[in-house]
Amino acid sequence: MEPTRTIFLSDEDIELLINDMAVTYGYDFSDYSKASFKRRIERLLMIDHLSSFAELRYRILHDESYFQHVVEEISVTVTEMLRDPGFYRILRETVIPLLATYPFIKVWHAGCATGEEVYSMAILLQEAGLLHKTLLYATDMNPAALAKARSGIFPLSQMQQYSKNYVASGGTRDFSSYYTASYHLAQFDPALSEKMIFATHNLVTDFSFNSFQLILCRNVLIYFNKKLQDRVLSLFDESLEANGFLALGTKESIRFSSIAPKYKQIAGKEKLWKKVK
Amino acid sequence: MTYPASLVAIGGSAGSLQVILTLLDTINAGFSIPVLLVLHRDPQGESRLEELLSLRSHLVVKEVEDKDIVERGHLYLCPADYHVLIEEDGSFSLDYSEKEHFSRPSIDLAFRAAADVYKEKLVGILLSGANADGAAGLRYIKERKGTTVVQQPSDALVRYMPDQALQQSAADFILTGAELTHFLQRLYYVSP
Repeated sequence: MEPTRTIFLSDEDIELLINDMAVTYGYDFSDYSKASFKRRIERLLMIDHLSSFAELRYRILHDESYFQHVVEEISVTVTEMLRDPGFYRILRETVIPLLATYPFIKVWHAGCATGEEVYSMAILLQEAGLLHKTLLYATDMNPAALAKARSGIFPLSQMQQYSKNYVASGGTRDFSSYYTASYHLAQFDPALSEKMIFATHNLVTDFSFNSFQLILCRNVLIYFNKKLQDRVLSLFDESLEANGFLALGTKESIRFSSIAPKYKQIAGKEKLWKKVK
Repeated sequence: MTYPASLVAIGGSAGSLQVILTLLDTINAGFSIPVLLVLHRDPQGESRLEELLSLRSHLVVKEVEDKDIVERGHLYLCPADYHVLIEEDGSFSLDYSEKEHFSRPSIDLAFRAAADVYKEKLVGILLSGANADGAAGLRYIKERKGTTVVQQPSDALVRYMPDQALQQSAADFILTGAELTHFLQRLYYVSP
């Protein structure tokens, strides 16, 4: 087979495609970060071995199931368990003791992708003896990613790294006690997922659906422009109870948004804010 | 001969840090063109790189956060384990998608995104490294009329990366680490 040549797209190509998808399917990607979006589409051309932009455009316009595949590929699902152990350490030490004072805890993982962070959170809550009185809502726009999350099955090859992250986050048990290894897969303890609720939710178009004491949305906003980031942060603000916590990715911030004055960052460099107004 | 630039993007991997530190030591204090540094870094553990660069540079050193705006007099360092892209409005976007050439940040991705925005006003420099990342990105800059520089392979601690770039005919200039300082002094800032 001939090696696939990388096809680079112009800004006009990207505009055309965004317009096609909005008009034909009602999906609005116009406020996605253009540079990342362009990379997603260029990557799609490569992995699907398409020969031109015109071919991609034609398939999207005429084949709805192909369009669904495109949506899944646009949504970045790269994630890991207990990524940034320092962040989880602060959750353990600062946030979870406060959550413990509530009779009933509700957590929202917005843009949970394949669910690694939801399982990480469940482990922390179980170790704190709080999982039984918690509901973990995990949403994403990508149904294929959600199906993986629901299964609780992750590649065994990742476990060594996750185990390191676990120890660095202050974990004291044997990480392997949380999963059963079978061939190249790790099946996580179903007791962890009992309190998880998975649902599709699109941060671009959907609304607030509940109130929470903790909302986590890590490395999702980076794919949006400032306008859409502000919309989503307002959505989180509406969904967060007074004194609730908002967690973002290590290099993300609320400083450009209209909700910033209502939040106070928890001491240290981790991206955790408390709603104070 | 002088060259206009809105941004200088420098990519490097193994063996590039010493060249960068020397560059920062020797560059004229009047130099104020924004610099983006795309280095392959260890994603694990705390890094003192930002601090180290700050001590050696008169430029304001900043590890990129999402949506930071590119400003004059700043040196931007790509954070470990994120791709760094640039938007049309001159803001950075971070990206945590698949690695390219086993790398995140990927020099290719950063170079391409910067070239899309700055075109002929971008200067791309590729230094020492043991990885093919960056060569195609440099070529992409050249095709969009930007100015490209490759560290002379015999001068590089690890010549693989410069060699890859030369094989792709991506270089306008082939310079030693020492010559890079003089080259940078011949750039003048233009708005994007």
